[in-house]
Amino acid sequence: MTFLADVVRWFADPTHWQGGGGIPHRLEEHVLMALAATATAAAIALPVGLTLGHFGRGGALAINVSNVGRALPSIAILVMAVQLIGIGVVPAFVALVALAVPPIVTNAFVGMREVDEQLREAAKGIGMRGLQVLLKVELPNAMPVVMAGVRTSGVQVVATATLAALVGWGGLGRYIIDGISQRDFVQVFAGAVMVALLSAVVEVLLAGLQRLLTPTGLRSATSRARWGAVAAGAPQAEPVT
Amino acid sequence: MLRLDAADPWVRWDWVGSHIERITDAFVQHLELTVIAVTGGLVIAVPIGILAWRYRGARGLILAVGGAFYTIPSLALFAMLLPWTGLTIVTAEIGLISYTLLILVRNIVVALDGVPVEVRDAASGMGYRPVRQLLRVDLPLGLPVIMAGLRIATVTTIGLVTVTALIGEGGLGRLILDGLNRDFRTPTVVGAVLSVALAVACDAFLALVQRLLTPWAQRS
Repeated sequence: MTFLADVVRWFADPTHWQGGGGIPHRLEEHVLMALAATATAAAIALPVGLTLGHFGRGGALAINVSNVGRALPSIAILVMAVQLIGIGVVPAFVALVALAVPPIVTNAFVGMREVDEQLREAAKGIGMRGLQVLLKVELPNAMPVVMAGVRTSGVQVVATATLAALVGWGGLGRYIIDGISQRDFVQVFAGAVMVALLSAVVEVLLAGLQRLLTPTGLRSATSRARWGAVAAGAPQAEPVT
Repeated sequence: MLRLDAADPWVRWDWVGSHIERITDAFVQHLELTVIAVTGGLVIAVPIGILAWRYRGARGLILAVGGAFYTIPSLALFAMLLPWTGLTIVTAEIGLISYTLLILVRNIVVALDGVPVEVRDAASGMGYRPVRQLLRVDLPLGLPVIMAGLRIATVTTIGLVTVTALIGEGGLGRLILDGLNRDFRTPTVVGAVLSVALAVACDAFLALVQRLLTPWAQRS
């Protein structure tokens, strides 16, 4: 119990709340980095995944890209980004974007393909054009699965941004990485608690966004799908590395 | 800004050649950590999965706890275990096993749920008692979905093992970090490539096991 008291004392120490190494600044770094990386990844991956899904092409590519992404360790992506670009904020950003793209592409593709063919036919039948079918029928129906990809990636990015402390960038991971190298387990534990809390908050916020963007008529179906089994290649929540 | 100096190519084969033993050791350790985690996870997940399937009240709780657990980043989980179990393999395995649990338990529940009611009724009608029915009817029929979960858990674990390099384990993750610390690309690339290769090989192996265990699935 004395250990936990030490952790509480660590949090109570005002010096841990000030300056460049302080909690507010580290939190801000972490959040801004995660936001920028996830938004960039979505901007790249959504058009690709949605287009492939709309035309029903490139399915093997869209699904395999995320299987390979799952097998390639995020640490390796981070380290190779550093070896390619050098140390600092840019390689961390590049690596996080690279990690976030595959799940979004796959889910966008699968979400579009899972839209009931009859809905598509009906939309064409009442005279909708390609783009209208895409925006007014396919996209709203695909939204729960599409947003599940963004959510998976967002949580993944928050988690991996922790590892980015390893390659010379800041964020909350600094407390863990520095703590391990100094054998200061109080600091390690405090950092881990903050990272876990931030992940939970992001997960809840993105789940809320997913729900908000899902058309009302599809909402009950979404919550049912949340507990579905994961088959190989299917869109799914991934454990956070 | 790009560093494309010829002095450090992505792979220096002479280094690979002179460090075969280290690379093999890292690979074997990686495989060991993975096998312990997945086997341990399966041993724990089967009873929990069966419980969650039989008792609907427990199911929501078990899946909710697992889901919450899942959002904890691996480095944070390992870090939270450090004060209690130190820089040991125990810390690594507790974390790794925990991550396999949700995937495995969820797939076991859904697999057993997917067994057609008619089949279960027929088994009861033929006089199968609950335990025998579970072993001879429910589990075999649910095997494809359970195996799908096992494959995902295995590939995921192989990726997560690299993170344990930060707490003194790591297998191939150590090679990856070595490349970072010495600003030398070869160990990183070797570690990453072998890690992906291991994941692909294990996935293919489990797919083969699945085929052999469910010969009836090929006919349909």
